[in-house]
Amino acid sequence: MSEDSNDPVNLEITRREMLVRTGIVVGAAMLPAIPESALAQTTAAAAPEGALKTLTRLEYDTLDAICSRIIPSDETGPGAKEAKAVRYIDWGLSGALASATANVRAQYAAALAAVEAFALSTKGASFSKLAPADQDAIVTSLQNSQIPNAPMGFFNTVRTHTIEGTFSDPYYGGNYNCAGWNLIKYPGVRTTVPAEYQQWGVDLKPNHLSAYDSDMFRKGVL
Amino acid sequence: MATTLNKTGVVIVGMGGAGGLAALPFAQAGIDVVGLEAGSWFKTSDMIPDELGLRRTPWPPGPQKVRGEAPTSRANANANATRTNAAMINGVGGTTMHYMAQAWRLNPWDFKVVSEVTRRYGKSRIPAGSTVEDWPFSYEDLEPFYDKAEYALGISGKAGNIKGTKNPAGNVYEGPRSREYPVPALRTTGFMDHMSKAAKSLGLNPFIGPAAILSQTYDGRFACGYHGYCMSLGCHLGAKSSPAFSTIPAAQKTGKLDVVTEASVTRIEVDKDGRATGVTYLKSGQEFFQPADVVFIAAQTIENTRLLLLSKSPAFPNGLSNNHGQVGKHYFSHAQFGSVSAVFPFDLRNWYGTPGQGICVDNWADDNFDHSGLDFIGGGTMYVYGERRPMAAVNAVQNRGGATWGSEWKKNLVNSVDRSNSAYLQKTTLPYEGNYLDLDPATKDPNGNPVIRITASFRENENKISTFVGEKMQQWYREAGATQVNGNGAIQAGSAMGNSTHAYGGTRMGKNPETNVLNEWGMSHEVPNLAIAGGSVMGTSGARNPTLTLQAVAWRTAEYIINNWKYVVK
Repeated sequence: MSEDSNDPVNLEITRREMLVRTGIVVGAAMLPAIPESALAQTTAAAAPEGALKTLTRLEYDTLDAICSRIIPSDETGPGAKEAKAVRYIDWGLSGALASATANVRAQYAAALAAVEAFALSTKGASFSKLAPADQDAIVTSLQNSQIPNAPMGFFNTVRTHTIEGTFSDPYYGGNYNCAGWNLIKYPGVRTTVPAEYQQWGVDLKPNHLSAYDSDMFRKGVL
Repeated sequence: MATTLNKTGVVIVGMGGAGGLAALPFAQAGIDVVGLEAGSWFKTSDMIPDELGLRRTPWPPGPQKVRGEAPTSRANANANATRTNAAMINGVGGTTMHYMAQAWRLNPWDFKVVSEVTRRYGKSRIPAGSTVEDWPFSYEDLEPFYDKAEYALGISGKAGNIKGTKNPAGNVYEGPRSREYPVPALRTTGFMDHMSKAAKSLGLNPFIGPAAILSQTYDGRFACGYHGYCMSLGCHLGAKSSPAFSTIPAAQKTGKLDVVTEASVTRIEVDKDGRATGVTYLKSGQEFFQPADVVFIAAQTIENTRLLLLSKSPAFPNGLSNNHGQVGKHYFSHAQFGSVSAVFPFDLRNWYGTPGQGICVDNWADDNFDHSGLDFIGGGTMYVYGERRPMAAVNAVQNRGGATWGSEWKKNLVNSVDRSNSAYLQKTTLPYEGNYLDLDPATKDPNGNPVIRITASFRENENKISTFVGEKMQQWYREAGATQVNGNGAIQAGSAMGNSTHAYGGTRMGKNPETNVLNEWGMSHEVPNLAIAGGSVMGTSGARNPTLTLQAVAWRTAEYIINNWKYVVK
């Protein structure tokens, strides 16, 4: 995540440096010590690559295919698949997404089973194995609440989560390698931004960093 | 039974924009100050540039008394009042911790609207039903305190008028200032330069808006990082010039300021002669009485008014300092909605920056143009800036219509995500008969005390300015090459003003005690050792953000108390 961290453009003010340089204004009352455990936690360490936190493998594959139709990988660039939006949802359903609304996990279970059953019965194959055009037709049915047994409003839920999983801070498991940010040419989170990055006609070099790669901040809740 | 604490010189209720500033002159004069704050100290480590995290856990963390006491609102006395969201936050520094940080002086006209309109256009041009009065002092009287506040806080800007010598790099319409800003204006962006050029080609006078954000290191503090997560989030570098980063630490250094956090003031106490004796507050479920020679209320408009109305006593049966029935009167909230937005056929490069970093046009504000042939008084500022966050930008593209997913949507997204902009248009707003604050008869806070009920609507003058300025903004965007311009800026007359960070009146200043709660110094007409600071003291809004003005007035009130201590305290 921090391959560019030696680039002078990306050098950022660290919390320690702030303490050294200020002392009065941003004093002890404003800057508590960050616990060692939080400093040790990195984005990559939140879950081993490939392991699922919440979803079953079938659910994961179905969901990945749905996310990939919402933000497809096409001639305009990578999409939800490269961003691992599905991983963001898998992680979130065991964490922040689950606590926001208690039955989100159950909604996903019901909807993904309904989509898979609909794919098998109407197209004769698993949703994730269908051609993009067939998948699009089923996602359209999902959007129009025409999939039997899929919870009402599920399309909006999965669309919102796909956008979050593609464009939120990589810390949360999606936006892998800042694929989403690259897509929209967002040059990345910085604690200080060079003047030329606000000018026109300058090629903005993405730093591919998470806010939590800086030691200035308390770690977020996954 | 409340625990009585040791008496202090001044107790300030609210360590926000006004109270956190006023603490400094008191402390520097050697007066003991207790600063009571309902919230807590914020930590820069919580000011995380994480859009999703902010959406899930809105900043600030910590106790937020305001949420339990958010006022209700209705357009008029015949409508049902419904609960609003809290506009302000609690914490050391208050809402200045996460505000937009535009740091304006009002224009000289704003202090004498009645006499200037009468002189130039005739008295009949004062909108019917408006209770507007001239301020009890002029811009020139307040200038030294604007200057002190700007230098103590650290305000960035470019002067447009120093002692009458104008400089087109700044705002040529501003009142004369005694010297240059303490810190140069924030840097410009490609978008700002582009909009400036378009404004100039329309014959307007664009300039970089003044901001309570440091463009350079100042007084041992960091400069702005322009990282794009400024609005609704505190500054991780302490570059936003909140009192929490400037005047409060400076006052603490004198040893004279004691900040007490998580202290919710419930009542101002008075003796049998009607003098304030101190305030009662709750902290961790316990009740304390803080005696003081001077009580200085700085809890912003809604809570300033509520504290007075809740503090009933035999001497003040209708609420403290309300024997003339003026507490809650002359309320108004700023007409700053009704936006105009645009889509350009090219990328704007607005991913970074801060809302305080923008280009302003003052030509259509205040009385900066001839109103002879028009049917309104006052005007509006036009202000453009960029601060774009990835998920919000993606969702904004969806809101512009078309497909909401798939390749077609994605193509549209990639092509237009960095091409939209919304203008910030602030308009002259006036107080009117029938617009007021009182205690809600039904809705109570968690302590069982009634919340404020706002009864207020915009009128024809606000509506006409909004339409006028909206059209000017559309012209500016079109001149800059926008291909789609949406919204006309209209604000319907009769629509509810509601709650706002820009809330004014309720404890207005004025020489006439029949129409004002406070005298020309910000002291109660009825309680000689009670001072009030914040938007509630202001009788006009101007067309710009109120904070620096209410801070300058708070400093002036503090200095009056210091210079007249024996008279005020007795």
